[in-house]
Amino acid sequence: MKHRGKIVFLAGVLVALGAGWLGFPRAIYQSRPQPVNFSHKVHADKAGSKCEDCHAFREDGTFADIPSLDKCAGCHAAAMGSTVAEKNFIDRYVTPQREPPWASYARQPENVYFSHITHVKLAQVKCERCHGGEGSTDTLRPYQQDRISGYSRDVWRDMKMDDCVACHRQHGLEHSCLDCHK
Amino acid sequence: MTSEKKPGKTARYGMTIDVDRCNGCGACMVACAVENNVPPAHEGATDRKGITWIRVFQVDNGEDYPNRRSAFVPVLCQQCGKDAPCVSVCPQQAVEVDPATGIVGQMPERCLGCRYCMVACPYHARYFNWWDPAWPAGMEKTLNPDVAPRMRGVVEKCNFCHGRWHAAKQLAAANGRAIEAVDYVPACVEACPTRAIQFGDLNRPESAPAQAAKNGASFRLLETIGTEPKIYYRSKKNWVRQISSAPKLGLGKESSRG
Repeated sequence: MKHRGKIVFLAGVLVALGAGWLGFPRAIYQSRPQPVNFSHKVHADKAGSKCEDCHAFREDGTFADIPSLDKCAGCHAAAMGSTVAEKNFIDRYVTPQREPPWASYARQPENVYFSHITHVKLAQVKCERCHGGEGSTDTLRPYQQDRISGYSRDVWRDMKMDDCVACHRQHGLEHSCLDCHK
Repeated sequence: MTSEKKPGKTARYGMTIDVDRCNGCGACMVACAVENNVPPAHEGATDRKGITWIRVFQVDNGEDYPNRRSAFVPVLCQQCGKDAPCVSVCPQQAVEVDPATGIVGQMPERCLGCRYCMVACPYHARYFNWWDPAWPAGMEKTLNPDVAPRMRGVVEKCNFCHGRWHAAKQLAAANGRAIEAVDYVPACVEACPTRAIQFGDLNRPESAPAQAAKNGASFRLLETIGTEPKIYYRSKKNWVRQISSAPKLGLGKESSRG
């Protein structure tokens, strides 16, 4: 067996690559479902809601993010349809008046300053530009959290700093790091 | 990062500090630390190792009683307008001057902690995190969400309350317009009970610092080295104006520890 050394070496490389490329990305992220099986599509189609009807701005320009239970209960005080998801939502959260523990996919790291209103109102950027088709999805995908940093996987996957910089550069608005970092 | 500037929209933030009005109360230092999430000093901190983005120094005219006179001089990052020494020495490009505001910014994420900038800074306005920040239990609830705390091993300094600038920009956007220079003031300006510190855009002739720049009683620290600081001090007293150009400030003691 004069090739034994090479075979062992290659096998070792394959195992290491497999662990690095396939195993590690799975192991590093902890996946958990969202508390409610919420459908953006149903709300957009049947209730005719626009993004900003629920994801609103406050008076000082801050973004209210995921709406609180009050907003949901405004319509869903009692069941409006006959879906299991709605019934579960009302039983678990609306009736006991408990806020659902939503996980925010796009919550930014601590050193990032992002203002929705400067993008949406001043620059007229559409929600879809960064959030893609999130507003027309039928289910909420599981939330994936980095076990080490605690950040959402989406922060690195869908909208990275490079994507922010590319758009800012295109519009000549790339002034300094402190534009977006704090 | 370089960038294309949009003409007419750039500001050059500056400050004027009336030394004759400053009574050394230190409210600016406290307001600054609270605003910018500077933690209470570590027990091992000394005058040199504490973190005070703005620090009030006591100076005197060097004479004996009864002719002795004292004054208080708040010193913060002088926001050099030209050839900022900290920018050119940084091996990490962690320091940059924002062309839109003129603010000299420090990026803790890039900083590797070599402290070359601290050596280069003629104003001793930069501080190193010798320890990880820690707040007494419960006090973390008072942290400012607009400012990220810095970790051990990086340098930090005054950035004209950039968190407030962000908030002001956001509020302006809510009103459908871009940020203007008058939209915000740093925490030290707001806290000063004698209104000795005033803030504004040097590009606007009517702003306080622009007026101060023309005032004969104004001076800047170490003007001869050509860094064009954007902090204008002011005093009617000759001896106070002279301390600014002395190579050694002759600082007797500091009014407070970092």
